[in-house]
Amino acid sequence: MKQKQDETLTLNVFTEGLWRENPVFVMLLGMCPVLAVSNTGFNALAMGLATTFVLVTSGAIVSLLRNIIPKQARIATYIIIIATFVTIVDYLIQAISLELYNALGAFIQLIVVNCIILGRAEAYASRQRLVKTVINALGMGAGFTLALLCLGIVREVLGAGSLFGIDLFGPRFEPWVIMILPAGGFIVLSLLLLGFNWINQRISARKEETGTHHAAG
Amino acid sequence: MTNQNEEQSPQKTPTLPMIAVLGGVAMLSGFLVVLVFQLTKPYIAENQRRATQEAVSKVIPDAVVQKQFLIADGEISPFDKDKKGLSIFAGYDAGGALLGIAAPANAQGYADMITLLYGYDHTCECIRGIRILKMAETPGLGDMIKLDPQFQKNFVRLDASLNKEGSALKNPIVTVKHGAKKNNWEIDAISGATISSRAVGKALNKSAQMLLPKLRPHLPTLRSGQPDLAKIK
Repeated sequence: MKQKQDETLTLNVFTEGLWRENPVFVMLLGMCPVLAVSNTGFNALAMGLATTFVLVTSGAIVSLLRNIIPKQARIATYIIIIATFVTIVDYLIQAISLELYNALGAFIQLIVVNCIILGRAEAYASRQRLVKTVINALGMGAGFTLALLCLGIVREVLGAGSLFGIDLFGPRFEPWVIMILPAGGFIVLSLLLLGFNWINQRISARKEETGTHHAAG
Repeated sequence: MTNQNEEQSPQKTPTLPMIAVLGGVAMLSGFLVVLVFQLTKPYIAENQRRATQEAVSKVIPDAVVQKQFLIADGEISPFDKDKKGLSIFAGYDAGGALLGIAAPANAQGYADMITLLYGYDHTCECIRGIRILKMAETPGLGDMIKLDPQFQKNFVRLDASLNKEGSALKNPIVTVKHGAKKNNWEIDAISGATISSRAVGKALNKSAQMLLPKLRPHLPTLRSGQPDLAKIK
């Protein structure tokens, strides 16, 4: 029966990170890499995947050790665990592609201090079972990657006239350089947040409407 | 939830478990990092080698064979990673004739150090091409030094001939304002990216002034530098 309970929970546990608790659009966590490495779709995807990897692996270890980590030393322990997996990702990316490594620059190492990861370790992994933690971390990672991709695609298309390195508009297109610059990141992020909140408001408004309707009926 | 727990337990700090857990986690972490480091090392080295090789073949276009040398204390020797010195690349054609030399150069750009590789052709005593290896210049402005075709044209035949004594460049390589280039040892700056363009000029001048006088007496050695040892597959 316990298992069944877990199963009913899982879908929610996963989708939470995608929409309702999206790390970027709702929790506004980890803004530093969001703004810095979302200048092209490919960079955004790579950064999202690297963060997801660290989220899942560090969450898994924290969840496994949650009963033996003393409360007083928990943050230090989490940071060691997170830093380990960030270092691993750092080496892996270097082994996969140096070009990608140079493009992402210092932001791979800076995943260590990304608040999403420590936040999830503290708020979720340290009190949930392994399976749930991993699924939730996958959802959060997917949500983060999705948000980065939203920004990255808009910025690359407008700022460089290409998508994932493929030229879209031909040589006559004059790129909006500001979109690749940090200021463009802020502009796109704010517009996306606006859109996200607008949709959410409409959804909740509709829910209320149908709710009162039912109550009245 | 944590607040409740914290309020309930102002008890003594469990020193031993803290040390044990932190120590254990740190050990595990060290083991994992070393493991991954060892596993990825050959791939990273291979990537780096390929990146350098690609850059060299960009600045010495027709080279079929590349060989790395080390210049230290006025002597030239085949590259040895344990020895210190300035590392350069020599490019040869299929017949083993020396086509040119590629050497690294760097200078402070607008955002960070710009590192580049340039190809020197000893027959025309000129620079035949550059390739930016590392930079953090402003996207859309400073980073045009990497791809702007107009700017790259500066390096098709940039004069880098030595003076009579062979101690320095006859004319130092300088970057001039966009559109003001008159001599072929001048670099026409990109308008809007003057600082980055100047940095490229500075890097080339610094490296050429230092390297080329040292290189000249060794050209015969380089010409005969058994290139088949470093055959590219």
